[in-house]
Amino acid sequence: MAKSSGGNAFVEFQHVQKSYDGETLVVKDLNLSMPKGEFLTMLGPSGSGKTTCLMMLAGFETATHGEIMLDGQPINNIPPHKRGIGMVFQNYALFPHMTVAENLAFPLEVRKMGKSEREEKVKRALDMVQMGAFGGRRPAQLSGGQQQRIALARALVFQPELVLMDEPLGALDKQLREHMQFEITRLAHDLGITVVYVTHDQTEALTMSDRVAVFNDGRIQQLAPPDELYEKPQNSFVAQFIGENNTLEGVIKSIDGDKCVVKLDSGDEIDARPVNVTKAGERTKVSIRPERVEFNKSRLQKGAHTLKAEVAEFIYMGDIFRFRLKVAGNNDFIVKTRNAPDAVRLTPGSQIEIGWLAEDCRALDAPACDERARHHFGLCLCREHDARQLGRCLSGQPDQGLFGSVHCREPRHHHHLGRKLG
Amino acid sequence: MAKLRAMNEAGNITWDLVDVEGADSIRLCDEGLAMEIDHDSMLAAAPDGTSASDDFGDSIVSDCFIPQIVFSTTVGYRLDMVGDTPPTSICSLFDLDAYPGKRALNKRPLANVEWALLCDGVPKDEIYDVLATSEGQDRALAKLDTIKDSVIWWSAAAETPQLLADGEIVMGSTYNGRLFSAIAEQNQPIGMLWDAQMLDFDGWIVPAGLPEDRLARVMDFLNFATDTQRLADQAAYISYGPARASSAPLVGNHAELGIPMAPHMPTDPANAQNVFVTQYEFWADYRDDIDAKFQAWLAK
Amino acid sequence: MSETTQSGPMLSADGVPLKTSLARALRRQKIRALLLISPLLAFVLITFIIPIASMLFRSVGVLYLDMYRAVEAKAHTRLGSRLNYEQSGISSLFRTSGRKLEDVGEDFEDFFKDADSGMVKGPFWHGLMQGEGGEDLLNDRLGLLTDLTSLEASSDLGFTLSGETAALLPWAARAYADWALFTAIVDEDDVSKKKPWAGVYAALALDLADPATQSAVAAYSGSGAAELQAAVANIADMPATEFRAYFEDIDDKWVSGETWALLKVFGSQYTSGYFLNAVDMKLTPDGIEQRPDNERLYLKLFNRTLIMSMIITVSCILLGYPVAWLLANLPMRSANVLMILVLLPFWTSLLVRTSAWKVLLQQQGVINDIFVWLGFVADDARLVMMNNSTGTIIAMTHILLPFMILPLYSVMKTIPPSYLRAAKSLGATNWTAFWRVYFPQSVPGIGAGSILVFILAIGYYITPEIVGGTDGVFISNRIAYHISSSLNWGLAAALGTILLAVVMLLYWLYDRIVGIDNVKLGG
Repeated sequence: MAKSSGGNAFVEFQHVQKSYDGETLVVKDLNLSMPKGEFLTMLGPSGSGKTTCLMMLAGFETATHGEIMLDGQPINNIPPHKRGIGMVFQNYALFPHMTVAENLAFPLEVRKMGKSEREEKVKRALDMVQMGAFGGRRPAQLSGGQQQRIALARALVFQPELVLMDEPLGALDKQLREHMQFEITRLAHDLGITVVYVTHDQTEALTMSDRVAVFNDGRIQQLAPPDELYEKPQNSFVAQFIGENNTLEGVIKSIDGDKCVVKLDSGDEIDARPVNVTKAGERTKVSIRPERVEFNKSRLQKGAHTLKAEVAEFIYMGDIFRFRLKVAGNNDFIVKTRNAPDAVRLTPGSQIEIGWLAEDCRALDAPACDERARHHFGLCLCREHDARQLGRCLSGQPDQGLFGSVHCREPRHHHHLGRKLG
Repeated sequence: MAKLRAMNEAGNITWDLVDVEGADSIRLCDEGLAMEIDHDSMLAAAPDGTSASDDFGDSIVSDCFIPQIVFSTTVGYRLDMVGDTPPTSICSLFDLDAYPGKRALNKRPLANVEWALLCDGVPKDEIYDVLATSEGQDRALAKLDTIKDSVIWWSAAAETPQLLADGEIVMGSTYNGRLFSAIAEQNQPIGMLWDAQMLDFDGWIVPAGLPEDRLARVMDFLNFATDTQRLADQAAYISYGPARASSAPLVGNHAELGIPMAPHMPTDPANAQNVFVTQYEFWADYRDDIDAKFQAWLAK
Repeated sequence: MSETTQSGPMLSADGVPLKTSLARALRRQKIRALLLISPLLAFVLITFIIPIASMLFRSVGVLYLDMYRAVEAKAHTRLGSRLNYEQSGISSLFRTSGRKLEDVGEDFEDFFKDADSGMVKGPFWHGLMQGEGGEDLLNDRLGLLTDLTSLEASSDLGFTLSGETAALLPWAARAYADWALFTAIVDEDDVSKKKPWAGVYAALALDLADPATQSAVAAYSGSGAAELQAAVANIADMPATEFRAYFEDIDDKWVSGETWALLKVFGSQYTSGYFLNAVDMKLTPDGIEQRPDNERLYLKLFNRTLIMSMIITVSCILLGYPVAWLLANLPMRSANVLMILVLLPFWTSLLVRTSAWKVLLQQQGVINDIFVWLGFVADDARLVMMNNSTGTIIAMTHILLPFMILPLYSVMKTIPPSYLRAAKSLGATNWTAFWRVYFPQSVPGIGAGSILVFILAIGYYITPEIVGGTDGVFISNRIAYHISSSLNWGLAAALGTILLAVVMLLYWLYDRIVGIDNVKLGG
């Protein structure tokens, strides 16, 4: 969860809540603070509340509860046009009836800037995005990438200290997107601006940001630099959402410091690092990245547990090999190996043994949405908050939590619960 | 009338029988659009044997006309808006001082121009001579100009009783039967002026060039519909006088109200003291001229 | 591959020049497009353009020929009505004269009856005129008759004209031929048995008044010679053949040059008279001139129609814009309810809506009652909101409002809210964001709505007729009047054509100023 970084925060959300209809919260108790000059990405599936947060920051939505601070000033009652925040929209929102230069001049014009100064700044902004020759064109005459650059230039031309970007690269093709990712980060760093970037594309988030806030269910699930997010997901949602991931389910057998033994549902036992499990008997979901799985026994620690696996598929991908294995009841267990000179090519049908380092296998909270949940509840619960409750229910410990027991039998109460807790 | 001419031009006459006013029947006859009628052989004689043409008498205003009723265009006024001095003269129409308020007049020149000249001091028997001249027409319009701003022009006779009932106008011209309905049947606070009311005939014409079978049906109907009893009967519903002399004694009571209808007829001696008889032939001849001028004046 | 290495025209794969094969491909598309619209095109041509054109070309097919003949053919009244559009007074002149011509002829008939009673009977005339050699004259007259009455000439008339008599009594032969043709073709009667029109007697008198004819009659020995000679013997008792005096007696307009000049001017097959009339001009023997002040009407009406239509259009924009904005920006559920309210008037008859306005607007009406009750106006000074242009504007603005709201709505619906947000994030106040960013993008909707409303308004007819009184009526009311009341179809067609031309002109101007691609009816 977000740590308040104290007085030097440039942008700060304090216990912000937002509800559109008065019944459900789309943003639940959001706390976030970011220092000046940071590139922060809000990442999450659609409907997770990230765009709402952005709109509240821009001033197009008002927080139902809580305070948003900009440079130490509460901005809840400041209208959007006085906040001085630059913004790049999903579909660029370039004014179609104005030329590119007019679009760029618009924010300067409404600030009553003189004509010569205006032209000077517009030219500089256009040059900055390498679009100097396109000032006289209409937005409709530009390609998507060009429009994107103009939108960027327009958001920057009046030199805001904070720029918000709402999935700005969503409409571009892959190559262009990668190029623009680089451009945007370069500009942000060169100009020293603070950027809040919203996307649902994890690669974008990982490559561009100083820090990433993973949103789900109106909450920040984890706020961390990209490497930490990938390497050390705090819960099963983050683990699933960021990068490719193998999961196995079971119950904690024993915990010993930063090591634990998990008894899988198939009966096998494995080693793992406990992340948000606290004691034996808890249900858990262990997460192993495909590239950390080892089937060369000599590289494993002595005494480490191994699992029997059957190769189901071999996929040649050039730089890497990709195997699909059947492991402990999981038929989609993926393993990747580098295409190194000593790499083995396993043929489908062969039986092997696999293992991993205990610190690479993270024992996280119990599954939120799986076949058993469907079986027990008649519906699938995907909310992280409730996943924990469900884990307790399924592991026969429903009494932990205020309404835990009720929750287990009557899943419909789960919404009420969420609201009350929120 | 216009429609009949259009049908004739198109060579496809869909009407078998047309209800027209006297002057229109002359025009249609002149233009060859109406069939010439031999009244004696085609229509029923009176019960006492008087021939149809004698029975209808002067009401046969053209060779093509089969008269049916006598009606008059007259003025009705709102009782509660004229104070203690209800109008007694047609010239009250032009007296904005004594009777302020809106008037409703026909959107055609007929009756309006005659009344205008009459109230401009032209003797009754010289009116049509004066109207035949361009100066006389201008004079009539000039007189109408004095009240133009206070006039609501109607194109359907039902508008005047409605406007009177709504209190929108203080007085207005319409057909006497309409006023009778508003006063006697609907008990509206309306009075009727019997002064210089324009007496006119209404009746049938048969379009020229009907095929034999349709003509036979039409004549069969006409023979029945215009006999003495039938013409007297229609007077039980509305205060229009029958065109046959022999029907007059048979006029009875109103079909629903039960009041005698004779005193409400435009032909009743008490009502006909200062009647103004429309010159059908004048209107047949001069209608185009005066209408064009009138419409131009109206639109100004 | 923008440059071609060939020096000649670019060739397609099969060696045909590329342009040709492209043209061929396009032609096929064009033909298909034409075929697709051809049913509609044919429909429009047949039901719309051709009737208008034929009405326009409708002019005086009749020259002043023989008034009497015209009266009998009942054509003079139409000629009179037609000419009355040009010179008021002609219709009554023709109609009254037609009635009196009979009287003049009857004077001559009485004279011949006194000279020899046989002369007013059919067989005398038939014997005198029947013969050979007068075919040319007869055919001449037949041609005129068929022109006049648009009847088919039948081959068997039961009568041929004698050339000898035609030479002896030219006027009488002519008049008799007319009558005979009329009787045989129109009345389908036996020529030999009927007595001719009184006009024929007048024509005979005209012949006999000539001393040369008198002596020729003395030498004549054919059929009817005795009767003719008896008439010549009594020639002193014959009424004077001064027809000019008769006509002058009937109406002195007949001896005024103006009437005849008018007849000459409108004697041709085509006339610009209708168009001139439609712009308050007239064709006179001296050329084109403006109509007298009290007859000028149409320019004023055109003017009023255009100005009032513009006022209505502007009112519609002012009232419709906020509603359309609300429609486009409300949540679906409330927008649907509002949309139904906007569309509701479409499901009500136009006449009912207009009549409802009558109830609302009249002096004793609902609105005035409310104003009086609220104390805005005194009871004796109720507002006049009907039977004038105010009434027309109010009622038509209401009636045409949906035509403004719908295109506005469909255009506004396509403007993403992110534009307004973008403008605000760039520092624009609400008003600036609306005026600089939202409004320009809604202009195509305003354009489409305005064109719709304006063009509908310009042709509106029922509403002005009911609530417009005299100074709230449009040019279309006059067109309707001429189509259905005065039957001056030519003038109606001319007015309609001018109106169409004016609308086209405005459309062209609009295209020049605003640009027609700036008109959108939706996405």
